Amino acid sequence: MLNQNSIWRYLLVIIVMGVSMLYALPNLYPNDPSLQINATRGADVTQQTVDQLQKAFTEQGLTPKSAVLEKGQLLVRFLNTEDQLAARELANKVLGDNFVTALNLAPATPAWLDAIGAAPMKLGLDLRGGVHFLMEVDMKTAMEKNVNDLVQAYRSDLREGKVRYRAVTADVANLRVNLSFRSAEDLAAAKTLLSGKDRDMTFTEADDLTLIAAFSEVKIKALREDAVAQNITIIRNRVNAIGVAEPLVQRQGAERIVVQLPGIQDTARAKEILGATATLEFRMVDEAGDLQSALDGRVPPNAQLYTDRQGRPVLLQKRVMLTGNHIIGANSSYDEYSRPQVNIDLDAKGGNTFSQATKEAIGKSMATVFIEYKPTDKKDAQGRTILEKKEEVINVATIQARLGRSFRITGVDSPAEAQNLALLLRAGALIAPIQIVEERTIGPSLGQENIELGTNAIMWGMILTVVFMGVYYKGVGMVGNLALASNVVLLIGVLSMVPGATLTLPGMAGILLTIGMAIDANVLINERIREELEAGRSVQQAIHEGYNRAFATITDSNITTFLVALILFGLGSGPVKGFAVTLALGIITSIFTAVTVSRLFVNLIWGGRKVDKLPI
Amino acid sequence: MRLLHFKEPINFMRFKWPAIVFSTLLVLGSLFAVFTKGINFGLDFTGGLVVEAGFEQQADLNKIRDALADNGFPDAIVQYFGTTTEVMIRIAPREDIEQAGSQIIEVIQKVEEGTVTKRRVENVSASVGDELKEDGMLALLASFIGIMMYVAFRFEWRYSVGAVMALVHDVIVTMGLFAITGMEFDLTVLAALLALVGYSINDTIVVFDRIREMFRKLRDATVEETVNDAITSTLSRTTITSGTTALSLVALFYMGGPLLHGFAAALLFGIAVGTYSSIFVASSIAVFLGASREDLLPEVIEKEGENTPSL
Repeated sequence: MLNQNSIWRYLLVIIVMGVSMLYALPNLYPNDPSLQINATRGADVTQQTVDQLQKAFTEQGLTPKSAVLEKGQLLVRFLNTEDQLAARELANKVLGDNFVTALNLAPATPAWLDAIGAAPMKLGLDLRGGVHFLMEVDMKTAMEKNVNDLVQAYRSDLREGKVRYRAVTADVANLRVNLSFRSAEDLAAAKTLLSGKDRDMTFTEADDLTLIAAFSEVKIKALREDAVAQNITIIRNRVNAIGVAEPLVQRQGAERIVVQLPGIQDTARAKEILGATATLEFRMVDEAGDLQSALDGRVPPNAQLYTDRQGRPVLLQKRVMLTGNHIIGANSSYDEYSRPQVNIDLDAKGGNTFSQATKEAIGKSMATVFIEYKPTDKKDAQGRTILEKKEEVINVATIQARLGRSFRITGVDSPAEAQNLALLLRAGALIAPIQIVEERTIGPSLGQENIELGTNAIMWGMILTVVFMGVYYKGVGMVGNLALASNVVLLIGVLSMVPGATLTLPGMAGILLTIGMAIDANVLINERIREELEAGRSVQQAIHEGYNRAFATITDSNITTFLVALILFGLGSGPVKGFAVTLALGIITSIFTAVTVSRLFVNLIWGGRKVDKLPI
Repeated sequence: MRLLHFKEPINFMRFKWPAIVFSTLLVLGSLFAVFTKGINFGLDFTGGLVVEAGFEQQADLNKIRDALADNGFPDAIVQYFGTTTEVMIRIAPREDIEQAGSQIIEVIQKVEEGTVTKRRVENVSASVGDELKEDGMLALLASFIGIMMYVAFRFEWRYSVGAVMALVHDVIVTMGLFAITGMEFDLTVLAALLALVGYSINDTIVVFDRIREMFRKLRDATVEETVNDAITSTLSRTTITSGTTALSLVALFYMGGPLLHGFAAALLFGIAVGTYSSIFVASSIAVFLGASREDLLPEVIEKEGENTPSL
């Protein structure tokens, strides 16, 4: 008998629909307004911190829904937004500077769903409010800096190598360095010397005793990559400092960086932090000065009092040996005794200065000072946030030998600390200026409204379609409606499962459009069945033929739409990308539900037995 | 219940020439509108600043305009956005645009009673906008080429030319609508146009699939008769799916809020035009280019669908 469901179809549909329903489920639970608390600089939030906060909350009459400490991060949930905001202020006061608090909408997914990794769909900025920045790395300046650095490096290399030269000049327009000499011998010597040092450069001899050093294509590419990658690191660090739950810092194209900060409304503040420069300074420890008397307020005139990260006071000389903008690279590794260390590379000028300064200071202590500009709650006359300069000694080390362009800092506590320090050092030196080319702020109320608008539109779209299908195709139409409903569940389940899929307002329009597309497949099938019935076939044959013949057409017509969705995904950013994602996924889910799910029900209801009349 | 169900094939090919002429005129007219009147590109494409401000009561646009003009924003475009308590202000790209967002809110706050809320501020540089325009054109082009190749592979080049010309027609005419009405053409509208391309090709492919099937079934019929037969038998499906999609879009147009108005409008109109072009234009061009039975039926006759396993 035709049109009987195989066990496989049952299994497939039950498994697919079961799983997607399960993963779609978290979307039904509303989010909790919550506070996310992290410690700065790799420290952990401890149970002690939690108790301290709990006490403070109780005193203020704030009752958190829950407070969970996990992976060094504390998540405190509240019943409403007012409590959340009050709690943030309180937490900032109680915890001070070593912690970052961020407002968050934590999904209230029940534990058993959480355990299987189910989470609600990620909402785009247009649905939850926040700031979106598109930043462009100023490549021209970055490359100019590289050329100029090279000029400095070559001059000192030639001097050290005792090669006489007439001039070393930068040709920034062509990304080249021109070196001119007095004799052919000097030129040859320079060429041997320099090409031996740097294999990424190509050297060509021009007329009148000039040597042209040009970056190789590979090197130029690497420099560009570096500039963007490093800026992303810097921005990521700073974003973490602002205290944003679920920030997004992502590269877009060759020279752009997308930064999305959900929940942030104060763009001015965000912009200032992202644009602010954190930097490093190296200073000698003032060993002549008396620390105790300095603490009592009698600081020597040529010294300055600092504190290190453990809060211990350090007396440093006022004179800065070297500033952090000369750092061109930093990474962590291990020394001979497998102790963690940080390797630092300086540019040519920095190398010279440093070598001079350390020559006379062997055996003495040198401190590394980390300087950053942190936002405060105060605002100036124009309403802009005032930034506070924060200086902190991150490391004190004894100079073992004269230091040159590359040196290392030992005495770091742990490999993690070394890694962190290297990161901070790298992050301190901004390789290329950043320019904000796109900025979008979406208010939280607008986000909420957009969710309501989108949900309403989807609901009405569904109602209209369902009513039409029921009236026009009667019983079989209702089966199509069942398939349509499963499609929406499946799509939401898949959207919740796929990492990186974000629901946006256009994405909701995409879901709506998918409803139209899903019904298209059922219309094709139903029309086909009607035709077959008209051609005088039996009900069972008509169903069988209808599904089989329509299938090729359905795939044919959907493949092209899928193709367009892919192109759109490549083109779009933000909201439109969300549209492309729902459209593409919707096509796949709709084929499954329209063909397989609806067939299951049609077979179940009318298949495998003698039916005189099909309600279609 | 059955709509548009015909016992006898309708002679669509009789309208081949009128349809081609009508569509050509439509395309030329749209192009004329696009080039003379221009398209009112949205912020995404032009760059500049958009501020959406929310008011506690109905906002007085003239008062806002005057206040902005007095405070260094003479070029500000001020209009209601969705309701009369929401106002959209747009200014062209300029030097000190970074601060302009908060300045505008401040200026409005001074002249309006109640609290003015900053609902949305978007600031796009002109260079990003120009790039997007270029990328958008490329994306459209890429989708045309992709579809052309797919249809040529599944059917034959004459059909693929017909299909893609119908798509180009749909896109140009929809852009014409935006030029004539002056509706804002933003990134979501571009997304709608691309979705339209994907959607409109569906109808055409369904018709082509049926043409192939009919060629196989009706051995003695002429090409035109076969095409008529195919279009007639798929007519009901074509209009019904367009109808149900249109229903969803009507819901989106009325319920989806002002941000998706352009999107819904473009798709609604585009689907109407696309349905017409799938019925009257695509096949007509294929027939005009000399599509024949042999093109779609190779010596070895493979029965479409028969061998395709159903899920």
